[in-house]
Amino acid sequence: MNRKTAILGLCAALAILLGYVESLIPLFPGVYGIKLGLSNLMIVFMLYLYGMKEAFLVSMIRVLVIGFLFGNLFSILFSLAGAVGSLAVMGLTIRIKGMGVIGVSLAGGVAHNMAQMAVAIFAVSSFYLVYYLPVLMISGVITGILIGIVSKEMIRRLGPLLLKEKRKKV
Amino acid sequence: MKKKEIMLAAAILLAALLLWGILTLIKPSGGDTLRITVNNQLYGEYSLKEDQTIRIGQTNICEIKDGAVRMVKADCPDHLCMKSEAVTGEGGTIVCLPNRVILEVISSNSQAPDTVAS
Repeated sequence: MNRKTAILGLCAALAILLGYVESLIPLFPGVYGIKLGLSNLMIVFMLYLYGMKEAFLVSMIRVLVIGFLFGNLFSILFSLAGAVGSLAVMGLTIRIKGMGVIGVSLAGGVAHNMAQMAVAIFAVSSFYLVYYLPVLMISGVITGILIGIVSKEMIRRLGPLLLKEKRKKV
Repeated sequence: MKKKEIMLAAAILLAALLLWGILTLIKPSGGDTLRITVNNQLYGEYSLKEDQTIRIGQTNICEIKDGAVRMVKADCPDHLCMKSEAVTGEGGTIVCLPNRVILEVISSNSQAPDTVAS
């Protein structure tokens, strides 16, 4: 139990850090709303290592800490929508037979973008933003695949390590 | 990548392209609102969707018909604004300089949210 708490804390801290690192790398400067989604690495990792509950916990900690440190109430709402939307879709996708890490991450990336778009349309009450949705869907596929490839390696290499040590000591 | 993953990616890309196509088809030619400015002050905003005649102060009268705007009456001597062609798309502008009346076609609510979270 203690070991798991420590691992969850570690992953939450990493997710927050990755969120900050990401803000330093402009993927496509000038193109609005497209980002790598590095902190999704940790969420996918948690989803495979433990499950939905733990992934949700880490995701919420990340959103709240980043929100209160750097953002405002609206930006918290904005990232909350993305986090919940993507996690819900990833939780469903992971159950599909024959779907691997990349597929789950891809679905999560697209869901994240679509959820945020929905909030944005609601916030400015302008339906015209929907014209940007195809761009965000395609970018979600691309970044989702990239993040999925890295997540897959992380789960393969780090996963057994963390779980094995846990079994040995507890 | 596994077969199902490729299928998922392809499905999403296809959906995006489809959405793109549909949106392009139903997209209005940009600009759905007429903004009238008098003396650098906002006089009013009117939808281009309904035909109407708008009296601007004592000096000018403009008309919206079939989504196009034109000036029908001005009390200035040269009537340049009345001679200029009707404007439709976003950015289209008619100016009556003597009376300092500006008609411009804009999009309502074209601004993006100013905050993005990670």
